[in-house]
Amino acid sequence: MARVLVALSGGVDSAVAAALLVEAGHDVTGVHLRLADVPAAAVGHGCCGLDDAQDARRTAGVLGIPFYVWDLGDVFRREVEDAFVAGSAAGTTPNPCITCNERVKYAEVLARARTLGFDALATGHHARLRRDGRPVTTPGPGAVLVRAADRAKDQSYVLHVATPAQLAATLLPVGELTKAEVRARAAALGLRVATKPDSYELCFVPDGDTSGWLDDRLGSAPGPVVDLEGREVGRHDGVWRTTVGQRRGLGLAGHERRFVVDVDAARRTVVVGPRDALACGWVEVAAPTWAVAAPPRPGDRVRVQLRAHGAAHPAVVVPGGPGVAGPRLALDAPAHGVALGQAAVLYDAADTVCLGGGPVTAAERPAGLPLAVAGA
Amino acid sequence: MRADLDHAATTPPRPEVLEVLVRWLPAANASARHLPGQDARAAVEEARERAAAALGCTPADVVFTSGGTEADNLALKGVVWAARTARRAAGDDAPVHVVTTAVEHAAVREALRWLADRGEVELDVVAPRPDGRVDAADVLDRVRSDTALVSVMGANNETGAVNDVATIGADLRARGVPFHVDSVQCIATLDVDLDAWHADALAVSAHKIGGPQGVGVAVLRRGVDVEPLAHGGGQDRGVRSGTFAVGLVAACAEALTRAVAERAALRARLRDLSDRLAAGVADLDGVHRTGPGDPAHRLASHVHLELDGVDGDALQLALDAAGVAASSGSACSSGAGRGSAVMAAMGRDGTPLRLSLGWTTTADEIDHAVAVLREAVPRLRSGAPVLDLGLRPVAAPAARDGAA
Repeated sequence: MARVLVALSGGVDSAVAAALLVEAGHDVTGVHLRLADVPAAAVGHGCCGLDDAQDARRTAGVLGIPFYVWDLGDVFRREVEDAFVAGSAAGTTPNPCITCNERVKYAEVLARARTLGFDALATGHHARLRRDGRPVTTPGPGAVLVRAADRAKDQSYVLHVATPAQLAATLLPVGELTKAEVRARAAALGLRVATKPDSYELCFVPDGDTSGWLDDRLGSAPGPVVDLEGREVGRHDGVWRTTVGQRRGLGLAGHERRFVVDVDAARRTVVVGPRDALACGWVEVAAPTWAVAAPPRPGDRVRVQLRAHGAAHPAVVVPGGPGVAGPRLALDAPAHGVALGQAAVLYDAADTVCLGGGPVTAAERPAGLPLAVAGA
Repeated sequence: MRADLDHAATTPPRPEVLEVLVRWLPAANASARHLPGQDARAAVEEARERAAAALGCTPADVVFTSGGTEADNLALKGVVWAARTARRAAGDDAPVHVVTTAVEHAAVREALRWLADRGEVELDVVAPRPDGRVDAADVLDRVRSDTALVSVMGANNETGAVNDVATIGADLRARGVPFHVDSVQCIATLDVDLDAWHADALAVSAHKIGGPQGVGVAVLRRGVDVEPLAHGGGQDRGVRSGTFAVGLVAACAEALTRAVAERAALRARLRDLSDRLAAGVADLDGVHRTGPGDPAHRLASHVHLELDGVDGDALQLALDAAGVAASSGSACSSGAGRGSAVMAAMGRDGTPLRLSLGWTTTADEIDHAVAVLREAVPRLRSGAPVLDLGLRPVAAPAARDGAA
């Protein structure tokens, strides 16, 4: 039996996570994190609306566990929203869910829970923990992060920021279940969130218009859209409105298929080109964090995942470029549409154990077009 | 051991009140002309007389409401709208002048802010002194010849600071300015008296004095014009339409009668107990008792502490884990803790902790709370675990909400 604080988002996964912990005999307390300041009227299915707090409260009521709401709006704004705005303005493609896990859920909530006397923080993420190859049911050292039983719902990608010490104080009860099984459990328990739709949008952008949300904060910064030869072929209203790999919504004349192949925030320039110009043979992660005690070393074969539900590219670890502490991942076959700032997450060669990772800080282009340096 | 020290939020109902409630819940419609209706109406009118006797007013002044918030809203909006109606008839459409304080309960603060935002009221908000009391002269200085309403709470719900409403009321009566006193928090231990306070309107809630939730009284002195908020069948002299809630109304009167009859004794007992509680934590580092120093200016039911270097969320969890129910600040609609407007008005920024006593409070509860705070506060200040104080109740929390 452990004292477990479970983060109840108001969704079905965390509700079932809490139920499983109660069934397992743990001493469970629920907490709903108030993160983004979304209007009360916003009918969102994210994690921050008033409806979600109500759903979380009701889940706790049905399970008979204590329930609290913690207002982490200040830290969320500072660490997640502001960082997302800054990263977007710099022409990179940050993943705010990863930032939130690292800076809010682990740095703030888990630390606070540990201080109060909880043994672990549990969430409804679809990912598994293994200790000596067996499912983790109680907190303690030696836990490794493993892809979810439901591969299509796997969220280990956004949890890669956890350190081994943090994983030792983490429980992920629903990772062993498929999403369908989670919903069935919720229905059997009489939880009204059993049929609640999954959330796909960023929780702090309830209407899903991320570009508009960024426009509100960044204003307008128009600049040229150029081809690989540097000829202006169009205009844009702000580099944050485009991302590497994007094809639609560029408003370009002509009939050839052109993709965003680079974003140069310093010059307010968006570069477009044919799909071949997106091909990327390697990515570099200057400041990785490792979820395993023994980080991968040069020569190790790994899988590299570059987006939340993207492919796991076979790759080999090589030393980073001059002055770069982190590794470079040489991909067996080129990946297309790699943007700076998005997370490169490493898995073992069997594509099972999550090793860690970090934001892409440099990436190769066969067209000889180096991506802009992150943050420039 | 558990300690319910949140009587300022709600008190357990008295058994005699529950009897009355159950007796009258199946009542007929009190507005019906048939005999069962007459019986029900008799119960309502008896309740009205008993409430009037308890509040120092006449039965005709009593309007039953759904609670303190509605009573406050009815008095404030009712008086403001009636004044505007009268002045509009004379060709004056300007917002009317209202004086209130920065430490009012949200039911008053937000109602007046809403009126001000709509351009119906020109609002003057009087700041409290550092001890949380509002100086009578500070209020009276803001009153003008055209002031339509003054609203000052009898005692603050957080700090328990008692205001000198009798002095304010006497002066306002002489100047002919309507005076509303939110008495929800002070009714349990303070001698609330419409006549003695020269008040024109009072708001009272039954569940703060051993009555049921969902019923209260707006005392609206006859002769003060009040526009209704809810229109309908014209019950309760047309000021508050809606079928009389006979059971709730009768229970409210029973609670008021008993609370007033036992008030002096309760005040003396709670004074001793709250002193005992305050003395038990007085020497803890980082713990300050807020509010007036003079016991006469402080509700006997309230011990309000300011805790330095203590996180409010952690405090709430620690107290729950140790079986102490007390208020570590108000909650926003999502349930998250939020800062206290009252503390801010007093110029304080520590974490508030209100321990409030009531008719069921025992010395054992006080001693348990003292033991918990002596153990928890140093731990909270130093970042040590608080879930296991060695004082934790054995019983697991029961499933709430009546769920399976």
